[in-house]
Amino acid sequence: MSHETYLLSRMDREDSHTLKGYQAQGGYKVFEKVLKEGMTPLDVTEEVKASGLRGRGGAGFPTGLKWSFMPDPEKDTRTRYMAVNADESEPGTCKDRVIMREDPHGLVEGCLLAAHAMRLDAVYIYVRGEYRLPYDRVFAAIAEARKAGLVGQNILGSDFSCEIHMHKGAGAYICGEETGLMESLEGKRGHPRPKPPFPAGFGLWGQPTTVNNVETIFNVPFILERGAEWFRGMGNEKSPGNFLCGISGHVEKPGVYELPLGMPARQVLEEYAGGVWKGRQLKAWIPGGSSTGFLKPDAIDTPMDHDSLKAAGSMFGTGAMIMLDDQASVVKSALVLMNFYDHESCGQCSQCREGTQWLSQIFQRLYDGGGRTEDIQLLTDLANGMAPGKTICALSDAAAIPTHSVVRNFKEELELYVQHGGHQGVLAARKLEGVGA
Amino acid sequence: MALTQELISEFDELKTHYPESQAALIPALHRCQEDLGGWLSPDIIEAVAAYFGMEPVEVFSVASFYPMFFLKPVGKHIVSICRNISCDLRGSDELVARACELTGAKPGQNSADGKIYLETVECQGGCANAPMMVVDGTYHEDLVADDVNKILGGLA
Repeated sequence: MSHETYLLSRMDREDSHTLKGYQAQGGYKVFEKVLKEGMTPLDVTEEVKASGLRGRGGAGFPTGLKWSFMPDPEKDTRTRYMAVNADESEPGTCKDRVIMREDPHGLVEGCLLAAHAMRLDAVYIYVRGEYRLPYDRVFAAIAEARKAGLVGQNILGSDFSCEIHMHKGAGAYICGEETGLMESLEGKRGHPRPKPPFPAGFGLWGQPTTVNNVETIFNVPFILERGAEWFRGMGNEKSPGNFLCGISGHVEKPGVYELPLGMPARQVLEEYAGGVWKGRQLKAWIPGGSSTGFLKPDAIDTPMDHDSLKAAGSMFGTGAMIMLDDQASVVKSALVLMNFYDHESCGQCSQCREGTQWLSQIFQRLYDGGGRTEDIQLLTDLANGMAPGKTICALSDAAAIPTHSVVRNFKEELELYVQHGGHQGVLAARKLEGVGA
Repeated sequence: MALTQELISEFDELKTHYPESQAALIPALHRCQEDLGGWLSPDIIEAVAAYFGMEPVEVFSVASFYPMFFLKPVGKHIVSICRNISCDLRGSDELVARACELTGAKPGQNSADGKIYLETVECQGGCANAPMMVVDGTYHEDLVADDVNKILGGLA
């Protein structure tokens, strides 16, 4: 590895998840410095703004700017909250889990700095229910920090107070959507809310709230410690810093790697993930989690950053790359994803509730052998009816985008499934041609 | 079924984390499921509703939204196999087939002896270690079908 790393830098120690292990590596020093040297909330926000940090949860929104949407506490005296989105459940994404498990105090310190910057009263860390060990690790870290006077009332003898609470979800993808998360945190069904109003004006219990992803908050102490300029020295101009890249599917070495934003996807695949497994060729790939769609191998030189992937007709998303080899079935993978979106649609909007179900049914019959030529156009028509911006939240878009991408980039495969009567037929035809297994 | 005093004390404390008590509902349902037999029976739903000052149907409406809450009896052990894309690409179908064969259950059913509840689940965030399954909350990763024999065989 030739590039500088920081996100994963503390995790080698056996006790990296404890206060002792964290403080032995300089933990909580920058928070203490900010508090004792009187760095104002505005200073902290400005530094984060200057760093150019963009949210790592999927949308890539500039973090400092998001923070600055919180109302002025002089004029708006309501209670102020942050919810940390640790509901990591975008298929392919497995990075926040590493942070919470191996370096939970880094997340806690990030929460404290964010709390200072936005003058928060309380932080809730919403962890998906399945993440038992990560939950326990962050829970223990908060308890240790509280005991050390770093969380709670009059932190380190100052007039700064902030509570950090853990909150356990119960297995619904939609609760990773920020307004669904807030509803769920309030103890309700995770039904996303229409926006506006935005969380900064009307969030948890109607109070000013910011929702940030785990990895985003985890970046903050590093930025405050080493400065915005240092941060901008990594990645590229519009997407600075490193990111945790989960790469999965048909590769030799799947894993979570720390990489500078803007690294070409080919380099991630070949240098880090050891290339496509079993000496096979790449057939398709997803750059940033299931919602970002299937790309062809000809896009593999695209830099892994927000603007480059947007220009390539996709999205950076959560930076979770999923690779499909030349023997994979894009139809099968699309079916798996549509079953997922169908299962996870909250059901509020008919376009999404019905659309995801129909998409799943169409991919199922294409796979099973009942597909019709007109189904291909039907996929496009349905996806057009579902997005963009036709529903309360983006889950409908998240199903429409991969659907469009399959029709656009893998139309021949869809036609093959119609022509040969589904998956078994396609396999048989391939065998006749002596191609593949 | 009445809630235990221990659970009630826990819920009393949980409620202090939030400005409105209903926010403690989902964590409370988790604790009930853990301590009171592995699923949320109508009796439990009623008791929780009474505790939170809600209608039972409101609690049911919340509980039924979340896949981690069971609203019918389940086996002592919960075996959850991920079927999403990263696991599917690396052979989760084979894990599911093997688990079905070993338990005699289909996903969503209990084994004949009632010991194991088998389910397929959506992405569990184990993508870089696919395929994977979760047994009673513990992650088992980088699996091949034969691992399923070992893991299920080890369940008492």
